[in-house]
Amino acid sequence: MASYTVTHEKAECLYEIYERKPELKHQTHYCPGCGHGIALKLLARAIDEAGIRDRTIMVSPVGCSVFLYYYFDVGNVQVSHGRAPAVGTGLSRSLPESIVISYQGDGDLAAIGTAEILHAANRGESMMVVFVNNGIYGMTGGQMAPTTPLGKKSTTTPFGRNEWTDGPPVRMSEILNALDAPVFIERVGLGDNKQIMQAGKAFRRALDIQVKRQGFSFLEVLSPCPTIWKLDPVDAQRFIREDMAKTFPIGNLRDRTKDALSRPAPKPAPPIAELPRILELTDDTPEEPVATPSKPLDLRLRIAGFGGQGVLMLGEVLAEAGLEAGYNVSWLPSYGPEMRSGTSNCHVRICSDPVDSPLVSNPSVLIAMNEPSLRKFLPSVEPGGMVIYNGETEPPEDCRRPDVRFITAHFTALADSLGSSKATNIVMLGALLEAEDLIEEKYVASALRGKVKSQRWLNIDFAAIERGREIACPV
Amino acid sequence: MTAKPDRGRVELDSQECKGCGLCVEACPPKVLHLSSHLNHYGYHPAAYDGAGCTSCGICFFVCPEPGAIVVLRLVAA
Repeated sequence: MASYTVTHEKAECLYEIYERKPELKHQTHYCPGCGHGIALKLLARAIDEAGIRDRTIMVSPVGCSVFLYYYFDVGNVQVSHGRAPAVGTGLSRSLPESIVISYQGDGDLAAIGTAEILHAANRGESMMVVFVNNGIYGMTGGQMAPTTPLGKKSTTTPFGRNEWTDGPPVRMSEILNALDAPVFIERVGLGDNKQIMQAGKAFRRALDIQVKRQGFSFLEVLSPCPTIWKLDPVDAQRFIREDMAKTFPIGNLRDRTKDALSRPAPKPAPPIAELPRILELTDDTPEEPVATPSKPLDLRLRIAGFGGQGVLMLGEVLAEAGLEAGYNVSWLPSYGPEMRSGTSNCHVRICSDPVDSPLVSNPSVLIAMNEPSLRKFLPSVEPGGMVIYNGETEPPEDCRRPDVRFITAHFTALADSLGSSKATNIVMLGALLEAEDLIEEKYVASALRGKVKSQRWLNIDFAAIERGREIACPV
Repeated sequence: MTAKPDRGRVELDSQECKGCGLCVEACPPKVLHLSSHLNHYGYHPAAYDGAGCTSCGICFFVCPEPGAIVVLRLVAA
């Protein structure tokens, strides 16, 4: 009786059964004749041969290739469309002992994820990227991909891809080959036995670079998509050999494994306990226990003005002070793209109860640092509320409300007299603190010290609070 | 007198097979075929003729399913 020994069987790093479907749990989800199954098998063999299953992390993208985590018994992360190289960067840097493999299709890598792959390659991140290129959007039903060959019909190019309207196909391997950092770039095909065997070798090489931690390795795999190409699997293989390979020449574009040095291991992140010291946040004074609020409070504040007037900063100081006084607070900035001279406003809530919404649609207090802000937000102030208005004169006729208390002063001039118009916001803060019994001043002072580092400015700010109190003080 | 045993043998999982036919096309000694019967999902699964396998492993590599094909080699007596 002749006895036989197994030479080729399912790789060990693949699960015995896949939990995805309720039945036939040893079958993949790929269509008959799909190249993904072959690429996956070659990759699995390479992982087995390198003996790195326990430290491999596979990054699954979006597309037909997504379900890797059902098949590979390794670490798995599934990421947003196209972002695999970005997530891979994080994995590879934070877990330098791991082998990071990103496995992406052409819609994922060459369309939505172009920026991520370019920059990860340019940084030479330690990861292997498998780029499965079938020249079409398979999962979504056959739209043109950046890699679709010229003349190829798709649902979005029903007359064939046109060079002048659709552009010629994007060759990602060649593009990446223009960068300095990648160590290994190769394009392989799954067009016949020979190509598949060569692809298997390339998988091992690309993975070996990761084991040696030499940097970035990129493997483009021309893969058949019989279903969407509307070819039977055997013809789809022929299409790879005879058509795809013309647009995307098969072969090694770069192999610097001999010269490449092992990348230095990333600096480990400091322990969290060290962070205050590194960020110079250490304070010798013993930590004070969290204050309990002295009285119930529900302050809904809107601060508005020009960018640069300190609108956001004033909101932050108030919120910080509220926090130190033991209240629940929120601070929500809202500003345009201009850092200066645009309009800017912020919502601040300081409450005894948990903050239900950080949005302040009807403020109980409005701090308007200029007339446009007053004009814009005055109608929203709740009846019985208060407005602190920075104006040279009384508010214009059409910006008055009998049901709202006004404190009007030329706060900018007051701040000027203290040394800088930049302190306008703090003078207005002083007025607010005097007019409404909100938070004890020690908490405000402490919040200011946290925000303002320079003693000169602190002195101006404390003087500004005093000046503001004088303004709001009922005579 | 017994015939000389084949150098190899191939086992195909007829339920995992999706009948794409790549192995049938690729097999150098042409000892695979698609069955006339249908499997659970309605594919004609690939099957071994029963003789002539050389255990080259090519069917294993062209097969898009990771575990549908197991190739075995004759152990030298």
